[in-house]
Parts: sequence; C-alpha cells; structure tokens
Amino acid sequence: MTHKLTTKSISSKKGYTAKEQDIAFFEYSHKAEITNIYPLTANEKLYQVQIIDPDDRAAFSFKPGQFVMLELPGIGEAPFSISSSPTRHGALELCIRAAGNMTNFLDRTSRGTKVGISGPFGTSFPVEDMEGDDILLLAGGLGIVPLRAPIMSVLENRSRYGRVDIIYGAKTPSDLLFKYQYEMWKQFDINLDIIVDKGDSEWTGPVGMITEIIKRRVAEASGDDFKHRTSAIVCGPPVMFNFVCEILNHTGLPMEKMFVSLERRMHCGRGKCCRCNIGSTYTCLKGPVFDYWSVLNLQEAI
Amino acid sequence: MIFKMFPAAELEDLFALLAVNRIIGPISKGLNKDGHELFDFDHVTDFSHLKIAYTQTIHSAKKFCLPHHEETSTFTFTGDDWQKEVDFGAHQPLVLFGLHPCDINSLNKLDKVLMDSIYPNPFYGAKRQNMLIIGHSCTPQPACFCQSMGTDTVLAGCDLFLTLLGDDYFAEVHSSRAYHLLEQLDCWEPGAKDHARFRASIEKRSDSFTNTVDTSDLTKILDMEFASQVWQQWGERCLSCGTCAQVCPTCYCYGIEEKVDMDLSRAVKNKQLYSCNLIDFAEVAGGHNFRPESHTRLKYRYYHKHRGFVEAFEEALCTGCGRCGTSCLAGITVPEVIASVRGGSHDA
Repeated sequence: MTHKLTTKSISSKKGYTAKEQDIAFFEYSHKAEITNIYPLTANEKLYQVQIIDPDDRAAFSFKPGQFVMLELPGIGEAPFSISSSPTRHGALELCIRAAGNMTNFLDRTSRGTKVGISGPFGTSFPVEDMEGDDILLLAGGLGIVPLRAPIMSVLENRSRYGRVDIIYGAKTPSDLLFKYQYEMWKQFDINLDIIVDKGDSEWTGPVGMITEIIKRRVAEASGDDFKHRTSAIVCGPPVMFNFVCEILNHTGLPMEKMFVSLERRMHCGRGKCCRCNIGSTYTCLKGPVFDYWSVLNLQEAI
Repeated sequence: MIFKMFPAAELEDLFALLAVNRIIGPISKGLNKDGHELFDFDHVTDFSHLKIAYTQTIHSAKKFCLPHHEETSTFTFTGDDWQKEVDFGAHQPLVLFGLHPCDINSLNKLDKVLMDSIYPNPFYGAKRQNMLIIGHSCTPQPACFCQSMGTDTVLAGCDLFLTLLGDDYFAEVHSSRAYHLLEQLDCWEPGAKDHARFRASIEKRSDSFTNTVDTSDLTKILDMEFASQVWQQWGERCLSCGTCAQVCPTCYCYGIEEKVDMDLSRAVKNKQLYSCNLIDFAEVAGGHNFRPESHTRLKYRYYHKHRGFVEAFEEALCTGCGRCGTSCLAGITVPEVIASVRGGSHDA
C-alpha cells in the first residue's frame, strides 16, 4: 500500500478578511486610485490616493507616523509615510519625491492611475499619550512629510494640548513643502518657525540652522517647565535629529518623550525581507517611529 | 515519544511506500576539484540514486519551501485597470527524505520568523505545510559546529528521524503519518539492548565533533565589539559576493522586482532571495547607502544571526552547518570570525 499525501491548502482565496494574522493578508493590496496630484516643489508632489472600495476605505484606519506600501503594478513597491489625517481613513495623502525608479515613474503618472495600497504598517507617534503636554514638532527637509499626520492630529484635537510649536528647516525657500497650509496652522494657535539654510531674493524669514531656533525655544521656557510638560517629535535626516535630540536631552526632557521616524529601504514592510534592518531591528515592525532611547540603543541608526 | 526499530535494508521499502509522491533526497552531483563527491538535494525517482550516507549537501532543503526565485504574483492590464493574481506556489506535497538534524532545525528556525510572527508568509507556509520529512543521522564533518549552536539533535520538525545502528534503524516517530508508514515495515519495539546501542551511537557521534564556537554572552560581546577593528579586517577579505547567503539554510532576506511583458498586457512580481553582503542591500532611492562598506555589511550579517535573532527568539539564526565557510571564496568561516571578535582587536 502506497502512501499518497494530499495537498493542504493554506487558506481560501475568496472571502478572506485582510487582518494582520490572516495568511492571505501578506500579498493583499487594496486597489486604490490617484484622485489628485498637487505639485509642492520642483521635486515633490502630494498624491491623493483613495482606496476604491468604499467599505474598505472607511475601514482603513491608521495612526499618525505609520506607513503604507504603495505598489505600481509592473514597476515596483515602496514604503511611504502617510501625510494625511487619520480621520480621513483610506483617502490618503502621500508626499513623494521623485528620487528612484518607481517614484520617477509615479512623477509621470496622472490623475486616475490605479495603484495598490497595503498597510498600514509600523509604529506611530503616541499623540494620545501626549495630551496635556506642550508639543514640539521639529522637521528638517523631507522630515515634514511624516510629521504632517501628527500635525493634523494635534490640530484636530487642539484643546487637548498646551503650547504647540512647529519648527521647520529647509535648504532653500523653494524646498519648503505645504506652504499653502502655514497660515491655517498659525490660525489654529500654532507657533510656526521656518528657517532656511540659504535664502533667496524674496525670503524675509530667518536664515541659519534649525538648532538655533530650538535652542531659543528651550531657553524661553521657565524653570523646569520644559522638561516636565513637553513631548517632542523630530523628523529629518539622522544628522539633524541627532543634534536636535541632544539639545532636548540636555534640558532633561526624558528620552521616552522624544520621537523620531527613521527611513530605510523596504521590499515587504512585513518583517520578512530584512532590507530595513538596523543592526538587527526591523524598521518596519519596531519602527519607523522610535523613541530616542531606542534609537540610542540601535547600533548604526545614527 | 514512540520508538521503533527496523532492518536497514527496509529503507528501500519505506522509499517505495512514499514513491507515489515527489521525493526529494540527497543525490550525487559529481566530484569537486579535490576529487570529493558533491551532494545536493534533488528529486529522486530511483532508490539507487539516493545517497543516504552523504556527508553534506551543497544547499540545504530550504529551497523547497523558500526558493531562490519565485513568481509571487502576476498583473493583467486591461485599459487603465489591472487585476492581481497571487499564487502561493504549493502545487504538490513533497517528501524530504534523509535530512540531517541541522537542516531540519533550519526549517524550524525559519518557521519562527516566517510563520509564527506577525504577517505570516503564505508562500513559505503553503509549501512548508505540504512536506513530510524523514530525518537521518549524520557523521560530523570538519566544518560542522552544530553542537555549539544546539542544533545537532532534533526535537521537532520532522515526521520520522532515523539513526543507523549497524544493520538496523532506530526510528523516532514524530507523527501519526510516520507511525502508519512504519506499520508496513518489519518493525520491532526497541529493548534495553537497542537502547544501549542507541546511547553508544549518539555518544560516539557527540565526541566526534572537532569544530566549536563559543556562544556564551555573544549578544553582549557583539554589542561591545561593534566598533572593533576586527570587522574591518574581515571586511577587507570579504568579496561581498553573497555566496554565504545562497548556501545558508536560514537566510531568508529577499528583493522584489517587477517586470512588464513586452506587449504591456501583463506584469510579474518576482521575489529573489538576496544577501545582506551585496553592495546595494541597504541602498535607498536617491543613492544613499546605509552600509556602503564591505565590513559594515559583513558585520550586519553576524549581528542579525547571532544577536538580533537571539534577542527575538532566544536562539541564533545559524545551525552551525558550516556551509557558508566551506563555500566562501575568501575562506571566511563563522568559528574564526566569532573567535576573533571575542578575542578583541587581534587575530583576524
């Protein structure tokens, strides 16, 4: 008598629900449509990407700081942090710089293009735990992109926070993103400071390093106020957040109240491809949002 | 656990019982430049081709659940729309016949990260759960350091494990499937004499390991020696070719590449196993590379296997099979690298 094995199927392909532990979730992407494209600078555009199925769109929920994998069929798939408010669910805004193969292709697409969205993935900025605190939102360059979701969250729940500061540094005035929103942010009682490395003929604002404004902001606080009632989110290149976090660290602000978002190459977003590992930590699972204490403990993070 | 004995000559009968399925086993792949026989896992249709007394295969059996190349999904374009079809790639069950303990343990390790953690991987899992695995005892080779890694014996992860005792097999029965198979052989219950033979055999094997790695407190030592000069010395020797990852039974990292057909009607999403030693492993769009130097990539590989994985799963992502060292074109071996890191900044 022979022993014929039967093929076990791992899951039914139809009717599955896209839950994290569902095996079919792994390669599942929501079909989504680029409903609008808004050029922000010469290199960056804001893409409004809407999950097409209305139920899936409403059910899509994320926390500020999380990212999605955006797939262009036949071109590639890459991680992008969500720049829109969590209250908008699956009507997402992604700010993307044309930098590599996929993003340069995306740069040439037009409204109506159908793409795939999977996620949300990764850790988030704990904006709810920050309620009651003064909020420092510090961005360098493209760091404003992951910062915009927590900005939106704070704006929408303004009564729950004390003083809110956005301090944003860019190379030149033409590199500044989301210019059309600055007035609105100010009207929501947010202190907005913008500084550029190099001004142009029209620039009337400050020129210099973002650290100068941060140092001034810290010095303004009286006594121990700052370290006891501040939460900070710092997004930017490693050299920037390292300097900034050290300034904040010097004030005695607990490292568990400073958050950064790290960027790495990713091919899956699901803790499998290893491309985003820092030392031996998956940025996609344990990050992209880390508190500064965790960053200090990550070899090769800075 | 249930133990059985059967005459070694009946291995062929066991093979015949399973031959209605596709059987994967160790077969001869010719000779190397020194005249030693090379083995690899492949489809076996004839029992006489099965080299059950093999030393070690070039690749592990990983490739049958984690292939080097895999088409994960296809896209069909119609107008401005597309449809995605996903195929997990498990089309028939496989019998893995004659796996050594290290290779069974490697699959157990891969299960932890690919199946038992968040976002289980269906491409791996679908193939993995359609396997019947028959383990077979081995003779330690000079490069083997599995004893140091705790992977020289098998506690789980196979249906049947066979240890050759003279003219008989001592069988550890790990599943009811295996139990039913053995019912069709001339088995007997092992007695005190058989137990004694088994103990003598495993003691003899245990004493015959010649290669070791000191893993005590290794996670801390790796952190302490992160800036050690030793890494740079190994980095200078490393060719960044990625061969170690290709033969590694536990490496699972990969890259995704999508390709559009010439007539633009269809596209495929291909997965290819990668290597963290390849230069662009951590390069991001725009050209920034988080690990531009050879030594930073080599170091990362050790970090992932001997520190990060230990932190996450309380065991290393290394079975001590020694394949990476045997295949390395620059002659870099895990025992030497770890010994040099433990020793501080000398002796690379």
